[in-house]
Amino acid sequence: MAYDKFTTLTSPAVPLPIENIDTDQIIPARFLKAVERKGFGDNLFRDWRYDKSSQPIADFPLNQSKYSGKILVGGKNFGSGSSREHAAWAIYDYGFRVVVSSFFADIFQGNALNNGILPVVVSPEFLEKIFTAIEADQDTPFEVDLQNQKFTICASGESIGFDINPYKKHCLTHGLDDIDYLVSMKEEIAAFETK
Amino acid sequence: MKTLFDKIWDSHVVKEVEGGPSVLYIDQHLIHEVTSPVAFLGLEKRGLKVLRPEKTIATPDHNVPTINQHLSIIDELSRNQVEMLKKNCATHGIVYHGLGSEGHGVVHIIGPEMGITQPGMTIVCGDSHTSTHGAFGAIAFGIGTSEVEMVFASQCIMQPKPKKMLISVNGKLNKGVTAKDIALYVIAQISTSGGTGHFVEFAGSAIESLSMEGRMTLCNMSIECGARGGMIAPDQTTFDYVKGRQFAPKGEDWDTALAYWKTLKSDADAVFDTIYEYEGADIEPMITFGTNPGMGIGISENVPNSDKLTGSDKLTYEKSLKYMGYNQGDKMVGKQIDYVFVGSCTNGRIEDFRSFAQFVKGKKKADNVTAWIVPGSRAVEKQIIAEGLVEILEAAGFELRQPGCSACLAMNDDKIPEGKYSVSTSNRNFEGRQGPGARTLLASPLTAAAAAVTGVITDPREFL
Repeated sequence: MAYDKFTTLTSPAVPLPIENIDTDQIIPARFLKAVERKGFGDNLFRDWRYDKSSQPIADFPLNQSKYSGKILVGGKNFGSGSSREHAAWAIYDYGFRVVVSSFFADIFQGNALNNGILPVVVSPEFLEKIFTAIEADQDTPFEVDLQNQKFTICASGESIGFDINPYKKHCLTHGLDDIDYLVSMKEEIAAFETK
Repeated sequence: MKTLFDKIWDSHVVKEVEGGPSVLYIDQHLIHEVTSPVAFLGLEKRGLKVLRPEKTIATPDHNVPTINQHLSIIDELSRNQVEMLKKNCATHGIVYHGLGSEGHGVVHIIGPEMGITQPGMTIVCGDSHTSTHGAFGAIAFGIGTSEVEMVFASQCIMQPKPKKMLISVNGKLNKGVTAKDIALYVIAQISTSGGTGHFVEFAGSAIESLSMEGRMTLCNMSIECGARGGMIAPDQTTFDYVKGRQFAPKGEDWDTALAYWKTLKSDADAVFDTIYEYEGADIEPMITFGTNPGMGIGISENVPNSDKLTGSDKLTYEKSLKYMGYNQGDKMVGKQIDYVFVGSCTNGRIEDFRSFAQFVKGKKKADNVTAWIVPGSRAVEKQIIAEGLVEILEAAGFELRQPGCSACLAMNDDKIPEGKYSVSTSNRNFEGRQGPGARTLLASPLTAAAAAVTGVITDPREFL
């Protein structure tokens, strides 16, 4: 699946200071019935975002117009639970390109990277600083510099480095996916099979 | 000085990518209707075919109704997804075990039943509970749809090698304690993120004493502690289970396979990144009280208080209790329940229904309880009938449904209504998992049976 190349992003962020945000909250199972990849953003955080009669729940951050931006900031252990890539699709489709947390579940992290979303792991202390910065000024910008693997709170200039696998970094900065690479290995795979 | 995990992983690496993940060869790919259609679409856009259809099997399980399976699926979106799977399988030459066919069932139940799941294999599926197959001494884990497409295109995926964790449970298990209770106990100890970045090997005498069904339940739940998967070294219990099954090696091939399988164990001096050790005697029947599988306690205990928690930990904990309608310090035993669900890839095997049926034999379902008894596969359903369990269930007021994932994730019509309490043998108690607003209490089939006949949370040991 092609996605936009990722280099640097400067944007305000949407805070979701809840821990263990699981994939059933990101996109509930009843919305996984599509056979194409489109429209998942409408149901991102569906049951936290809308009530039973499909009316927006006013105090949920995605429904508060004061919050905007392409960065989602969540509590620790973000993306636990199911392997559904629909969770990553919903986040991307809604318009987020970066998810920040102090800790990601493994499968979600892989799915995010395979879909052009950069998962940024920061320390628990720095995560609190980000939440505090947004609380002080919801328009405050953050800079995500993938090349230098640095996340910065622009207002204070405080920044933190983050890890990313070099291969995955190359894929993200060039908008490449693994399948082209694997298909190019056809002969090596065939040789492995006869071993 | 290799672990069991290292031995299997290393023998499946096609190539190490510089500064990146390994290209890992996959022996068996399992697919279902929910996470495959976009992967098939991607493949077609690239003009590719499935490289090794003979190493792939398909079954629709997440979406299917559990009654009247001979009729067309009423829900249009579900029907479309199931039909799409069938069509894609026909296009790519993949064996499809359709609704109502002899081989139909939950994907993680049918693989082992058919003897497709074998020690030493690498197995993936677009479903996190693929970890189930690790019970046979295989590396089995859930993948996303992009990775499903990778396996279709190349029979390989790109994976960083995880760290290794050893969880030992030793000694004899107490009366009424099952594999499900071990799983919930371990997750309560290390939390839902304790295993993140790791692949777990379960070992110790309490683990070795488990049947294959019990081992599958335990490995199934390993994902709930955040681990990529769990595995158990194959032994005589494993070999006896696999032997004679449809796709198990036969004759000389069996002897060759068995000789290899016997080498599949961690060396005495193997190094693990993380080790936990528990005593079987410390475990009692477990039940969850919150909204993640790590929020479990012994059934005789009270809901813990949040005094020791601070900041967002405390807020998250209190949000969870509010959703459940419980208070700190509440006694779990005696709380009223509304639904009981027995089934899923966690507890939908014959042993689970034997355990449930033996308990309810001669008793009656409580009037306030609606029970969904859902076999994991057609083979399990047939076995339930063959062993006469269905008569026991019916005499006690329970009805047997047809196979599927059912109320585990409520993608079909088997939804728990808002605010209702469900004692469930499935794997996740997340908010809304069993239907919008549903409140899930995870437990073993035995604890579910006790609740089903009393109508309240009940310690099953009182009846044993």
